[in-house]
Amino acid sequence: MNDTIAAIATAYGEGGIGIIRISGPEAREILSGIFDGKIQNRRLSYGHVYDGEQIIDEVMAVYMKAPASYTAEDVVEINCHGSMVSLLKTLRLVLKKGARMAEPGEFTKRAFLNGRLDLSQAEAVIDVVKAKSDRSFDVAVSQLEGSLSAEIGNIRKDILDLLVDVTVNIDYPDEDIEQMTYEKLESCLCIIKEKIEKLLRGSQAGRMIREGIRVAIVGKPNVGKSSLMNGLLRESRAIVTEIPGTTRDTIEESVSIRNLPVYLIDTAGIRDTDDTVEKIGIEKSKEAFNSADFIIFIVDGSEPLTEEDEEIMSYLEGRKSLVLINKQDIGNRVNSRDLADRLPNSDIIETALIRGEGISEIEDKIEELVYGGQVSQSESVMVNNVRHIDLLRKAGQAIDDAKAMAARQEALDIIEIDIRNAFDNLGEIIGETVSDEILTEVFSRFCLGK
Amino acid sequence: MSMNRFEMGTYDIIVVGAGHAGCEAGLAAARMGKKTLMLSINLEAVAMMACNPSIGGTGKGHLVREIDALGGEMGLNIDKTFIQSRMLNTAKGPAVHSLRAQADKNQYHIEMKKTLEKEELLDLKQGEAVDIIIENGRACGVVLKTGAVYRCRAVILATGTFLGGKIFIGESAFESGPNGMAPSTELAEKLREYGLPMRRFKTGTPARALADSFDYDKMIPQEGDEEIVPFSFMNDDLTKDQIKCWLTYTNEKTHEVIRRNFHRSALFGGQIEGVGPRYCPSIEDKINRFADRERHQLFIEPEGLHTDEMYIQGMSSSLPEDVQEEFYRTIEGLENLKIVRPAYAIEYDCIDPLDLKINLENRSIENLFCSGQFNGSSGYEEAAAQGLMAGINAVLKLDGKDPFVLDRSEAYIGVLIDDLITKGTNEPYRIMTSRAEYRLVLRQDNADLRLTEKGHEIGLVKEDRYERFLEKKEIVEKETERLRRKVVQPDAANPLLEAHGSAPLKSAQSLIEILRRPEITYDDTEEIDDTRPEMSRHQKTMMEVQIKYEGYIEKQKQQIEKFKRLENKKLDPDFDYEAIDGLRIEARQKLNQFRPLSVGQASRISGVSPADINVLLIYLEKVRRS
Repeated sequence: MNDTIAAIATAYGEGGIGIIRISGPEAREILSGIFDGKIQNRRLSYGHVYDGEQIIDEVMAVYMKAPASYTAEDVVEINCHGSMVSLLKTLRLVLKKGARMAEPGEFTKRAFLNGRLDLSQAEAVIDVVKAKSDRSFDVAVSQLEGSLSAEIGNIRKDILDLLVDVTVNIDYPDEDIEQMTYEKLESCLCIIKEKIEKLLRGSQAGRMIREGIRVAIVGKPNVGKSSLMNGLLRESRAIVTEIPGTTRDTIEESVSIRNLPVYLIDTAGIRDTDDTVEKIGIEKSKEAFNSADFIIFIVDGSEPLTEEDEEIMSYLEGRKSLVLINKQDIGNRVNSRDLADRLPNSDIIETALIRGEGISEIEDKIEELVYGGQVSQSESVMVNNVRHIDLLRKAGQAIDDAKAMAARQEALDIIEIDIRNAFDNLGEIIGETVSDEILTEVFSRFCLGK
Repeated sequence: MSMNRFEMGTYDIIVVGAGHAGCEAGLAAARMGKKTLMLSINLEAVAMMACNPSIGGTGKGHLVREIDALGGEMGLNIDKTFIQSRMLNTAKGPAVHSLRAQADKNQYHIEMKKTLEKEELLDLKQGEAVDIIIENGRACGVVLKTGAVYRCRAVILATGTFLGGKIFIGESAFESGPNGMAPSTELAEKLREYGLPMRRFKTGTPARALADSFDYDKMIPQEGDEEIVPFSFMNDDLTKDQIKCWLTYTNEKTHEVIRRNFHRSALFGGQIEGVGPRYCPSIEDKINRFADRERHQLFIEPEGLHTDEMYIQGMSSSLPEDVQEEFYRTIEGLENLKIVRPAYAIEYDCIDPLDLKINLENRSIENLFCSGQFNGSSGYEEAAAQGLMAGINAVLKLDGKDPFVLDRSEAYIGVLIDDLITKGTNEPYRIMTSRAEYRLVLRQDNADLRLTEKGHEIGLVKEDRYERFLEKKEIVEKETERLRRKVVQPDAANPLLEAHGSAPLKSAQSLIEILRRPEITYDDTEEIDDTRPEMSRHQKTMMEVQIKYEGYIEKQKQQIEKFKRLENKKLDPDFDYEAIDGLRIEARQKLNQFRPLSVGQASRISGVSPADINVLLIYLEKVRRS
């Protein structure tokens, strides 16, 4: 941890101020080499970033001496006021001066390893280490305190009420209390299940599912989607996580492109010569369109556009996309100008992906689109908690199991185990343990005694 | 006032108190070969059931079975002396079937006393312990009120409600042990003097009244079960003429009388400083807290066969006697009630159990073991379970052996002790099935399978019990295997299945599959199954539950494995948690104070959050890697 790292610490693509964060022993020296303002510990100062003679941006910069900083190392933050382009230029300059590009989540990781994080932050420790960007960590934390936690708390309250009834039925067989019937049990479980489902389906869960900017790669079979995928994967040093295909027939990879967390959705898995399967392919492509922040559409440049291409294009209208006219190595029978006319929102690149030609242009384009704010960053970059989704799903499954058992009129104490599992799963998301919650409720709501 | 002290002898272990905890502690210590002295303020108080005349119930019945499986006495003693037996919760699943028996209180006391008297290495003596001799931070003797000094190597405290006992009846309050026994006040002072973290808890008991003053026509009879299931694994079939209990209800008039006299209750008058249990509120507490309830139920239970006293379950109170008489008599069937012992509340001294180690030894005074109500629990069974564990662990400590610890996945005893010593308690602690995470495995039918081997290893389970257990285990395994292989044809099985409202077979199936159907019992299938071995009730029950719930039990066993992973991550008790920066200050302090032995235990300490545990785990991993 002795080197100095740097990265853009604000959300990509947002207008206004962008912050470049530098952390490590050389942070101060780097700043003094590019900044003409006064450098004082913990004082924000005004000045300009210079590259040699050239002014790059008008900025406010601050130097925070270790350990009183986010990472507990020497930290510099440069608030750039200009465009995304100048922000990028400043970053490149910082890198040129000796900083290394931070790995995803590396600031937070350093903060954690240096013992800088307090407990409320450590709540998401596991996520933090896996976090794709510092930004996603912040969001995870705010989410824990925010509406997600409120909603989960709400569902847990329902489960708790049910558990209390079940518990009191089991532990106080002689008491004069309302007996739990299977009908009541089932109807309560149904309501709970629906709420969990809604959360999974709904906007909150939608955000959570995302691991980064979602880029859908679409095109007819054999057009070069796999080559593109492989090309991008090869280029990006770190495959951050490998997510098992959540959609059965698509390949999904999380990659880091120029330090941007990108979630690639490739529909290559459906390639087959069989016609019906190709139709499924189109369906999958549509799904990918709808969920993506950004679309890469590949056409086979060695032959005229087909009906299939036409159909995909009809879905592309009005969407931000990047069109690749591929297989330039074989031939060029698709006119890029015609395409540009038909897809005014798109950028077009001619590629020969099989040879790796065009990959870096594609990366440039993705970076430009994102930093330029052209891709709405929506919430997709912000949230990436696979663990939460997993726990939500488990809770849903446990409730389903309990429901099935109630329908079969199985013993209450066995059903209770699954209900309690669901309660625990949700508790894990918001960091609450079961402890004495159930018993406390039992005694406050029922009159029991010997 | 200084008393002339004189030496009266030396023992390995001295147990202070002869209630349910003391009896198990003394017997365990003596049976494991230690010369043991048991002291009681009054020998009439040996195994005294100072409150309800019953043993068992939800969770508690499980404890009794576990005590029995480890070679304890409670199960055997209640089997000798019960006068009504019921299996509760039979409709709610195998894990929560709970045995409860009404006891003949006096007989229970007499039988237990006989057992103590017969135990070879055990001496039972009447005497009030007034001081614990502590040398070099180690308990090594007990001083009696008479000046007698007994030396020993370990002391087990089982003082119950005697310690600092104070009874409240209405406006009156006086120092007293339970049921009019003398209190133990000097010892209470000494323990505070020695710096033990003492506190006041409270409990209460209802009035006793004469049997012929009730009108039974106005009450609902509660019969015992036809088929009697014994508590002890050593008993197979018991037959007995059983007594009836009776059910009746309070009414608006009762509530009105009580409300009118709230101001005369010790509870609301502010005289009682002790904390009472939520699950055992007095009747005035119930009426105060649940004002909208139109009625509360109560059970009338005989105290024994040779007494006319009846226990009025559900109606404990600290109201004055005149009010008691007035409100009891508003109840249907109790109009002419003749009270012979008034209801009272009792306050007593106990220790904060967080001051105990996992073997129930005190953290600051070595070889001082603690058990029962002294540890903040409530109930005969909870007391007995801790007494047994304290007895066993005192012996192991003296022998220089590792402590005997049951974890939460092994026994309700483990849940009970782990809860007390890691979470602590703010009220008298009662076991409940919902406190156990792995209930499906911690059943009462398999308590011997879980524990008897362990009991044998430490030398408490003797050969007769052990052989009986091995036989049960073997026959159940063999018979389960046979049922797995035994194939039944549809023609043979279908008439039987139809008769029990079960779907007919379409093709041949193993008998074990048929037994998984909830509506079919092992005994039902006897007619389509020849070559069946002779099996006892205990054997059949365990086998049947294991077969019927195999899938769920497996699921739970996987959860247990997960749980064990954290339990098996050991922590050095000398570790300094201040060294971990990521931990919150509260967590550091708590961990430094409790010195957990495993990450699992750390995770249950109150004030240590799941996030702290993550920080701890990451730290341990970092250390491991470097």
